[in-house]
Amino acid sequence: MQSKKDSYWKENIRILIFLLSIWFLVSFGFGILLSDWLDQFQIGGFKLGFWFAQQGSIYVFIILIFIYIHLMNKLDKKYFGEKNSEDKN
Amino acid sequence: MDVTQLTYLFVGLSFALYIGIAIWSRAKSTNDFYVAGKGVHPVANGMATAADWMSAASFISMAGLIAFLGKDGSVYLMGWTGGYVVLALLLAPYLRKFGQYTVPDFIGERYYSKTARLVAVVCLIFVSFTYVAGQMRGVGIVFSRFLEVDINLGVIIGMVIVFFYAVLGGMKGITYTQVAQYCVLIFAYLVPAIFISILITGNPVPQLGFGDTLVGTDIYLLDKLDQVTKDLGFNAYTENIKSNIDIFCITAALMFGTAGLPHVIVRFFTVPKVRDARKSAGYALIFIAILYTTAPAVAAFSRANFIDSIQDTSYESSPEWFKNWESVGLIAWQDKNADGIIQYSAGNALKEGRPKYSSERGEYGERKLLNEPNSANTNEVYIDRDIMVLANPEIAKLPAWVIALVAAGGLAAALSTAAGLLLVISSSISHDLLKKTFKPNITEKQELFFARCAAAVAIFIAGLFGIYPPAFVAQVVAFAFGLAASTFFPVLFMGIFSKRLNKEGAIAGMISGLLFTLTYIIYFKFLYTNLNNADYWFLSISPEGIGFVGMIINFVVAIVVSTYTKPPPKDVIEMIEIIRQP
Repeated sequence: MQSKKDSYWKENIRILIFLLSIWFLVSFGFGILLSDWLDQFQIGGFKLGFWFAQQGSIYVFIILIFIYIHLMNKLDKKYFGEKNSEDKN
Repeated sequence: MDVTQLTYLFVGLSFALYIGIAIWSRAKSTNDFYVAGKGVHPVANGMATAADWMSAASFISMAGLIAFLGKDGSVYLMGWTGGYVVLALLLAPYLRKFGQYTVPDFIGERYYSKTARLVAVVCLIFVSFTYVAGQMRGVGIVFSRFLEVDINLGVIIGMVIVFFYAVLGGMKGITYTQVAQYCVLIFAYLVPAIFISILITGNPVPQLGFGDTLVGTDIYLLDKLDQVTKDLGFNAYTENIKSNIDIFCITAALMFGTAGLPHVIVRFFTVPKVRDARKSAGYALIFIAILYTTAPAVAAFSRANFIDSIQDTSYESSPEWFKNWESVGLIAWQDKNADGIIQYSAGNALKEGRPKYSSERGEYGERKLLNEPNSANTNEVYIDRDIMVLANPEIAKLPAWVIALVAAGGLAAALSTAAGLLLVISSSISHDLLKKTFKPNITEKQELFFARCAAAVAIFIAGLFGIYPPAFVAQVVAFAFGLAASTFFPVLFMGIFSKRLNKEGAIAGMISGLLFTLTYIIYFKFLYTNLNNADYWFLSISPEGIGFVGMIINFVVAIVVSTYTKPPPKDVIEMIEIIRQP
């Protein structure tokens, strides 16, 4: 039982690190630190760095949360089966 | 019907709707009052979270701020949305699993300490009240400009409405009114944005429109804007002036502050299951992003439109909105070269910050100013950034019903946030202070009664803030995030992800984070305002971004103190094990 809990938690942490790296990359990376460099590329009327800072990062944030929901539902099913924790409050 | 009548109609209808919902969803138990019976659907909770989150600042001020900051304004966009990723991944599901009523509840139980709970209550009240004061002010501004009533009367009307549904309905009433308020505010935000986008670029999607070409030309709007702003002596619209480290820290402070704000966190206590908490964070971010991706478009349109419609026009033929906002006191014109023509460029037009009007009218009918003209530049226009969203429909000459709609939307944004904040204040008083600390013997009925009393008192105090605003309200609201980041986030995060962090560490961490951040802000913003520039800042980080440093200090102090004191007891370790599973 202990090892099942532990490996669930480990897999959970791995998912978090993966998603938060992307989160960091698009906002602090593309939107701030690499933004000026990315500005040399254009998409339509947007300079790329500017677009990430004011639009792109936000779209990626949404996608990240939905990937998280999907991965966690899969993980819950793998370890705890179909039944989801019933609330006992 | 004229604008004022239409505004009365829209605002009246929306208020009637909120009151109707409040009567329908009265709270019958403390469970209803604190967490809406834990029966809120994730999509509904997502909308309510979005309305709760998007305050008068998001609706009224943000686009205006970005319009004048250009690319530097991105900190608000990334900070106030990226925080939801942190919240959804690191806090919301676990705190929902914990399953209590308030944020201090979690801190009190996890760190097995009444002192930790009390420190959390103090931080919560501090953060929430600074925030709520700004909302009431927003209500006042909308009322005074669009309904032509006195600001104070406007604040009182707002108080009565919030009182009605917060005291009666508690979290349940608030949740369902917030769903309605979200619909009102997002509709009110999008309609003018779409109109203006079509007007300027011919593209009906504002998010695409501001990267599109101007109608009838093949020049991109943003290129034109860069050109115009540079010509007038500003920095180019799509370039930063703040240093990268400062932008980094401000964004981080806003993100972690968002994740640590108690009134946002409790929203995730209202859904039935852990998986619903995750889902509802996702929906919340979609609903928020609809406004947050539109805002930078509105910002670019309004900056271009604003310059275009006043630059080099004579005051006498200046547009109606210019004079309207001048009479409210949020625009001023000082004819430095006495030619009767409005010249707008970089720099402060007036020597002292805000305009002081004399009772006389000038040669062209403008309101005369007592301020000394600032001869360092040729700019003649003072404009309060807060008016851009409200004035935008007028500037773009949109029909009267759109203007009325924006007024109703601004009120929805301010009221929904105020109600959410008042609820966390009242529940932390009745639940954490009374029930869990000082009067553990009260019955549920008494607790509910005290919760209602606390809500009533909190509304009253918030109203006083709106009527007698402390001069520093606007600044302090931005700092609420720094304080939330430097106090709550580390102990919440470590409470879940570390089994070693103990009560001594948590208390020391929260107190050191709070003291450091507060001292830095007070030092630069209130005591030595003349030193408030990059040369004197710590690592050239502005007071807006210092919450991030405070957060790191909190982490370090908490970990070091924990290492040298006793680990948490066995039952707390078991509790962490339980929280970690869905």
